[in-house]
Amino acid sequence: MAEAKFIANDKLTAWLDELSATMRVLAPARQGDAVVFVPYVAGQNVELGQEATAPPKSTVFPASEDLLRYDYRKNPENLGQVDVELFPTITPEPTLVFGSRPCGARGFLIFDRVYDGAKYKDPYYLARREATLFATIACLKAENACFCHSVGSAPGDAAGSDLLLTPMDDGYVVEAVSKKGEALLGSSLFTAGKKKAGQAKKLREQALKDMGEPQDFGPAKDKLLALFDDMGFWEDVSAKCISCGACTYLCPTCYCFNITDENAGLTGRRVRSWDNCMSFQFTLEASGHNPRPTKAHRLKNRVGHKFSYYPALHEGIIACCGCGRCIKSCPVSVDIREIVTKAMAHQPPAVEEAAK
Amino acid sequence: MTILTQLKEQIAAQLPKLDMVIGWERGYDALHATPLFIRAAEDVERLQIGPLAVHNTATYLTGLKNKKVGLVVKGCDSRAVIQLQQEGLINRENVVVFGFPCDGVVDLTKLRREVGDLGRVTEVDASPTELRLNLDGQERNVALADVLADKCTRCRFPNALVHDHFAGTPREAHAVDDDYADVLAFESQPLEARFEHWQQEMSRCIRCYACRNACPMCVCRDHCVAQSRDPHWMTQDDAVREKWLFQVIHAMHLAGRCVECGECQRACPVDIPILALKRKLNKEIKEVFNHDAGVDPNAIPPLLSFQVEEENINERGW
Ligand code: SF4
Ligand code: SF4
Ligand code: SF4
Ligand code: SF4
Ligand code: SF4
Repeated sequence: MAEAKFIANDKLTAWLDELSATMRVLAPARQGDAVVFVPYVAGQNVELGQEATAPPKSTVFPASEDLLRYDYRKNPENLGQVDVELFPTITPEPTLVFGSRPCGARGFLIFDRVYDGAKYKDPYYLARREATLFATIACLKAENACFCHSVGSAPGDAAGSDLLLTPMDDGYVVEAVSKKGEALLGSSLFTAGKKKAGQAKKLREQALKDMGEPQDFGPAKDKLLALFDDMGFWEDVSAKCISCGACTYLCPTCYCFNITDENAGLTGRRVRSWDNCMSFQFTLEASGHNPRPTKAHRLKNRVGHKFSYYPALHEGIIACCGCGRCIKSCPVSVDIREIVTKAMAHQPPAVEEAAK
Repeated sequence: MTILTQLKEQIAAQLPKLDMVIGWERGYDALHATPLFIRAAEDVERLQIGPLAVHNTATYLTGLKNKKVGLVVKGCDSRAVIQLQQEGLINRENVVVFGFPCDGVVDLTKLRREVGDLGRVTEVDASPTELRLNLDGQERNVALADVLADKCTRCRFPNALVHDHFAGTPREAHAVDDDYADVLAFESQPLEARFEHWQQEMSRCIRCYACRNACPMCVCRDHCVAQSRDPHWMTQDDAVREKWLFQVIHAMHLAGRCVECGECQRACPVDIPILALKRKLNKEIKEVFNHDAGVDPNAIPPLLSFQVEEENINERGW
């Protein structure tokens, strides 16, 4: 990879202006009391000092997208016969996500194994994934809800990013992680960063140290499975959950979708939109039967999927990037770390003493 | 004896007759309380009250039919219990209410405006007038009055309006009347500006429906029009139009039923100020029907009743 570069704080907007001249740049901006990724336009405020309220998930996996459009056409020769004409709609736009945190960018590594796997390739996902780059800012201070270091990542993790920026007092050390990222380092706004790269590395390592001992969630894989039929456990840990879905919609690794046909007369669209396992409709079958009828079943699915079923299929990799949004944005502060820890510590109730 | 100790004693005494008692405990950090489900005697010790105990415990009631539930309530929470009772949505005999005098709760969004990002708070010390925070190694003092939820600054009912047990002595209300000044101020803007405001605010909605599920009076839950698949009332689009439509539906369904606990807005992960919509409709209800939701267990919400001629609607005069 190319040598590290440095960009001074007062050059940052000029760089964003340059970048946004050639592609769509999404950057976190303050909107009301939240921080969300929006298309960058010259002169706009950028909020890089805190983790964005919502992750950049929708850049590659939109909350809703048209898979195709269709027209019904009646055959004039035979009015009983209706033909359907389909118009696929894959229209990715070259995009740079600027200022996500390592966990937000890394989320797509979890997606890749599903949508870009050996068996299935999702053309919509692939097209957007291919067209999207990530210039990620390393975290030098974790928040209370962060636990990336317990799921195989770190506050300075570069995996899934194309550029890694490390904040220094006067600017950012910018390092290329991929070939595509390297191509973004041509700007004359940069100065050499080689000398500062060592210090940047130290800062990232210190940030990881500051997070304290990671938890080992490895044993959760089998423990959660063993608890599958223990509905008492699941009812207990889900009692306060209000089954809303904020946790999965804000999750950088949640990839479930729903497909609906939205008709208007003789034309329509087939829409793919986010689904989430916390909602009753998630596995509601056409018959009316729902294998996950209560919030306890559904929370079991969320925790189980991330810490057991996915790791079982994907070399032990946990389908959680540790960003903590499901904890800090949960209206009732359900803490997924606590649930997994409880599950790992759970002892089946001692066998009752022989009946007297 | 402190109010908390008194509450704990009352709960411990009743617990054997109940399936659970719902209150609050410390959450994942010093700033976040979380609902506590007390099932065993030892759980009682974890109970906390105070300015961080924001959640409306009554939200869980309709999901716990056929259980004997104890509920620790602030004044506003108790209004939700009354409203649910009014509408026949709960069996009051199955609910044991533990009330106490509430000094108001903190709006974390306002606190964030005061002190910045709240992700690294390590200590919180609350006195009746002040919040002392340790934020990333730095001490910060914030006057409680500056970060109290708006609902608390205009609270008329800080003491539980219904209760089977009450800890402490009732306190004086923070306010005697609600003049809906916020609604009037918003309405003084031109229509375009108001529309622009909502389009802008709703554009970041993620359609998670936390606003709906946090609401104690939203009782359709799994069968909400916003998600029903058959009939498919609303598209699945990530469009402002759909998001806005849902908020209007929510507000309309809550007209005269909304107890203004503010849970919808508090729950919203992207801080959309949606309580204003409910306030607007409650203001109209108050003007036309002189009705306050969740105050009198024997009242009937105006939109759930029918009168041939309404007192304040001049049906023949036009
Ligand atoms: S865990 Fe929290 S955010 Fe997720 S569905 Fe339950 S209440 Fe909502
Ligand atoms: S099953 Fe649930 S936890 Fe897993 S990806 Fe889907 S929504 Fe997320
Ligand atoms: S509205 Fe009243 S009862 Fe409710 S939290 Fe505020 S002060 Fe307490
Ligand atoms: S609409 Fe909002 S303020 Fe009104 S009862 Fe529901 S949650 Fe409370
Ligand atoms: S809680 Fe907020 S983001 Fe979620 S659906 Fe309601 S308004 Fe939208």
